[in-house]
Amino acid sequence: MSILRAENLTKTYQSGGRTLTVLNSVSFEIQPGDTFSIVGPSGSGKTTLLGLCAGLDRASSGSIYLNNIKLDTLSEDERAAVRNQYVGFIFQNFQLLPTLTALENVMVPLELRGEKRAGKTAQELLERVGLGQRGHHYPTQLSGGEQQRVSLARAFANRPKILFADEPTGNLDTDTSATVVDLIFELNREAGTTLVLVTHDLELASRTQRIIRIKGGNLVSDTLTGNRIATN
Amino acid sequence: MDREIPNIKPQAASIFDPWLWKMAWRDSRRSRQRLFLFMSAIVLGIAALVAINSFGDNLSRSVDEQARELIGADLVLSSNKEINKSTEQFLAKISPERSREVAFPSMVLFPRSQGVRLAQVKAIQGKFPYYGAWDTQPADAVALFRKANQNRQRVALVDDALLVQLNAKPGDSVKVGKLMFYVAGRVMKIPGQSAVTTTVAPTVFIPYGFLPETGLLQRGSRATYRSYYQFAPGTDVDKYLKTISSRLDKLGINSDTVTERKEQTGRAFADLTKFLNLVAFVALLLGCVGVASAVHLYVKEKVASVAVLRCLGATGRQAFLIYLIQTSLMGLLGAIVGALLGSVVQLMLPAVFGSFLPVDVVTEISWKAVAQGVGAGLIIAILFALLPLLVIRKVSPLRTLRSSYDDDVTGRDPLQWAVYFLIVLSITGFAYWQIRDWKMAVGFTAGLAFAFGVLTGIAQLLMVLVRRFFPVSWSYIWRQSLANLYRPQNQTLILVISIGLGAFLIATLYLTQTLLLSRVQLSSSGNQANMVLFDIQNEQKAGVQQLVKNHRLPVLQNVPVVTMRLTEINGRTVEAIQKDTSAKIPDWALTREYRVTYRDSLISSEKLTAGKAPYQTNDQVYISVEKGYLERMKLKLGDKLTFNVQGLIVPTIVGGTREVDWNRIQTNFLVVFPKGVLDQAPQFHVLMTRVGDTQQSASFQRDLVTHFPNVSAIDLGLILQTIDEVLEKVSFVIRFMALFSIITGLLVLSSSVIISKYQRIQESVLLRTLGASRRQILLITLIEYLFLGLLAAFSGIVLSLFGTWALAYFVFEVPFSPNFAPLLAVVGIVTSLTIIIGLLNSRGVLVRPPLEVLRAEA
Ligand SMILES: Nc1ncnc2c1ncn2[C@@H]1O[C@H](COP(=O)(O)OP(=O)(O)OP(=O)(O)O)[C@@H](O)[C@H]1O
Ligand SMILES: [Mg+2]
Repeated sequence: MSILRAENLTKTYQSGGRTLTVLNSVSFEIQPGDTFSIVGPSGSGKTTLLGLCAGLDRASSGSIYLNNIKLDTLSEDERAAVRNQYVGFIFQNFQLLPTLTALENVMVPLELRGEKRAGKTAQELLERVGLGQRGHHYPTQLSGGEQQRVSLARAFANRPKILFADEPTGNLDTDTSATVVDLIFELNREAGTTLVLVTHDLELASRTQRIIRIKGGNLVSDTLTGNRIATN
Repeated sequence: MDREIPNIKPQAASIFDPWLWKMAWRDSRRSRQRLFLFMSAIVLGIAALVAINSFGDNLSRSVDEQARELIGADLVLSSNKEINKSTEQFLAKISPERSREVAFPSMVLFPRSQGVRLAQVKAIQGKFPYYGAWDTQPADAVALFRKANQNRQRVALVDDALLVQLNAKPGDSVKVGKLMFYVAGRVMKIPGQSAVTTTVAPTVFIPYGFLPETGLLQRGSRATYRSYYQFAPGTDVDKYLKTISSRLDKLGINSDTVTERKEQTGRAFADLTKFLNLVAFVALLLGCVGVASAVHLYVKEKVASVAVLRCLGATGRQAFLIYLIQTSLMGLLGAIVGALLGSVVQLMLPAVFGSFLPVDVVTEISWKAVAQGVGAGLIIAILFALLPLLVIRKVSPLRTLRSSYDDDVTGRDPLQWAVYFLIVLSITGFAYWQIRDWKMAVGFTAGLAFAFGVLTGIAQLLMVLVRRFFPVSWSYIWRQSLANLYRPQNQTLILVISIGLGAFLIATLYLTQTLLLSRVQLSSSGNQANMVLFDIQNEQKAGVQQLVKNHRLPVLQNVPVVTMRLTEINGRTVEAIQKDTSAKIPDWALTREYRVTYRDSLISSEKLTAGKAPYQTNDQVYISVEKGYLERMKLKLGDKLTFNVQGLIVPTIVGGTREVDWNRIQTNFLVVFPKGVLDQAPQFHVLMTRVGDTQQSASFQRDLVTHFPNVSAIDLGLILQTIDEVLEKVSFVIRFMALFSIITGLLVLSSSVIISKYQRIQESVLLRTLGASRRQILLITLIEYLFLGLLAAFSGIVLSLFGTWALAYFVFEVPFSPNFAPLLAVVGIVTSLTIIIGLLNSRGVLVRPPLEVLRAEA
């Protein structure tokens, strides 16, 4: 049984009377626990695909099944509930809430689920990413790498079944990137989460088990890297 | 298969969810000051509402508590007719505790200061007032005056206003008619009388016993005869009054009781409070517009955070509620601060309204007023804040991936129309709550919508025009500041509306005031009369005319006046018509004393509209009536009016009607008889002349008083001065209210400048990085606010010119020729204020080094 299944995903935009096809009938299936990357040139439709898979956007045609739930027919609020239950996010520009402290940022998904011990769980997560002492700091008081680690802690807070990451290291320097990437894979392995990674970085992509390549909205290749789940 | 049952029930979003409140609180931590700034815009509006309402409450309570002091007695009976023996017997029996008063206008002269003018003379006898006390300087003057009747001492008390105006003081003498009185004291306040009443008719009080010797009460004198009564405690005066009311009606005597006066006064001030409440409400609405625009900017900033929350699984409703809670709490805080401020301001209101108040107002906090002000203010403010807040529901989580995504917040939201509808509904509702008249409430809302609409139109037109005709060839500084007027997140609209409305209020106030004055001044132009002498007896006619000539003044008009009363219309008695409620003929027209002249032609200020000038054929008397009178009396040509001319019954026929130019100082008459009917009737004469300067006027009046003490002179200068003084008092109140709007406008300006500060900082840092000097940035900001201020002030003034023109044309029916110099001053002041506030708030951006600014504000 797959955790994520895309069937003939097509996304078009109407602009100036012309129809722009950004994704053209893309299909694939991901098994639970897989690590998976989407690569392709700029403007090829990677972010669009990620947005569709995570239920942030609606496809023009085709279907998405996340944990066997058909997303296309759900309302925006129902999809929000799905995200809260099963999905974690990591963004290129971190997307921490600037008005909340690091700890509070990590607490949000837990509190949204009405979890009682949100503070304690969040603190443990912060410690896991090495920021146990920085919980009361606001995002502006943290470096880019630290912010991304907070956002990692937040992404894992609700024990997601699948984690989406769009260029997680795009805004970080090489050394920091390495730390963050290691952390992503470690946490992913510990939690047994499925990872969907969008990146330009082929070296990063090669650390996942499977790479799909898109170009001009078309899926051009789907290769297994030979990495296995428990190793890398 | 370990297939989970998917739990995809969306988060239930209830306003009672503690997490939402927690989030609202956490999220506000870093922007609390700014949030409060949004809401500060409503502080003044709510303060004004609370202050006015509290004041209204306190006033009506004070009126209740001091009701008896309003008339100083339990019952007042008054008549315009001389009291004959039998009436006097009847009046004397009503209660043993009775004070008598005769009031009439007369010239008074202060020989020491040579001051002379027409004043109200009141001859008083008895212990009046029974409730409340006279306030005189020196304080013992009242006691002296009270004893004067028995002791036969010629002692007078004089209104402070009169003494000040004629440069006289206690200890002086005053000549009233043929007698000289010793001025024992100045009257500061009498129970039930406001300062405005004294301005209009300043009074000299003399002992009743000396009245005959003054020689002033002659035929034709317009005197009011009053009796003040006190009853044994516990007497039901209103019930007693019912038993004698038919008798009073027959005698033409009016009555006034504490209950009636209390109701009247209460109603009058309730009306005033309501009017002021509407003015306060306008200030509140201005503030709300400010709130809406501030929240709009705030929401724009929060969109990214909302998208993240949505990504993490929050529903649109949850996100919306977080920010609704935030703004509502800040609104509540603003409302509480407003209520506090309002409660303090109301302590000042008795001073502001002082000259109108017939009672001493005891101020205390009115919780009802506080609750109403906070409630009304909060509802409206939240509704206005809702407009921009609604967008939050629609924010797409896709924004986290794409910063440029904009599809979610553009496009119309049907709920937005619902909110607009609610706003209009609550404004109309509020207006109705105040004035209890749907038509006027809708009119108020429509008027407001019109003003807002015009200002919005002007602002939008400006933006379009600047963009269309952008002066590409101008210097960089000008181009940049012009571009600021229409760039995204500009403040053009909000500032033009708020400041424009403030300028509109002030300018309208000023224009109306000058309009009213010009209406009076108009009559003094050319060679028209500016002084009227009246109450000239038959035998004095020649002498007065000679006196006028001796002073080299022209006799412009000299008309006889005969007083009479109406007894029948088309054979029906006045009493019968009065009882017939379906007749709808005003009471005053039936019971008044008619002053009638006789002549066979119309004069220059009159125009025949139907029928003929007065004439007489075969013993039939054809009279001419004024057009408006004809309409109000529901008369037509050929109707029969019967008059009682001092005992003689004279039947007449309406033979013609004429239009009268009331704007001229002229002896204008409702009814004109033909010659030959009234020539032998007891009559007095009115003479019109034109005096030069005040000195000539005064010297003539002094001579007149000396030789003909019973003849009264009224000059236009005096009327103008009186109107001016009354208007001054009224406009002080309105200016006080307009102040709230103006300050609110400036607060809105400050807050919108501060809110857009970060954006400005980034811009100016960028400009400075690109090499712009501090001076250049300062200039850009200055020119931008110059444009905004000028435009707002001009729009407001154009709007007010339009409004006052309508007032002049439709209501006062006078030509409208405003004086533009003071209006330019309004433009200047408003514009400078805008620039100053704008620059003050941008100061932080301008003086600090770019990087430091960016760090601090990030
Ligand atoms: N709202 C929109 N309207 C029209 N075209 C859009 C819209 N959003 C995205 N596109 C287009 O869709 C295409 C794919 O965009 P997408 O962001 O998915 O590319 P990407 O592969 O993520 O590129 P990058 O590596 O630069 O992030 C682009 O050409 C983009 O211009
Ligand atoms: Mg992308």
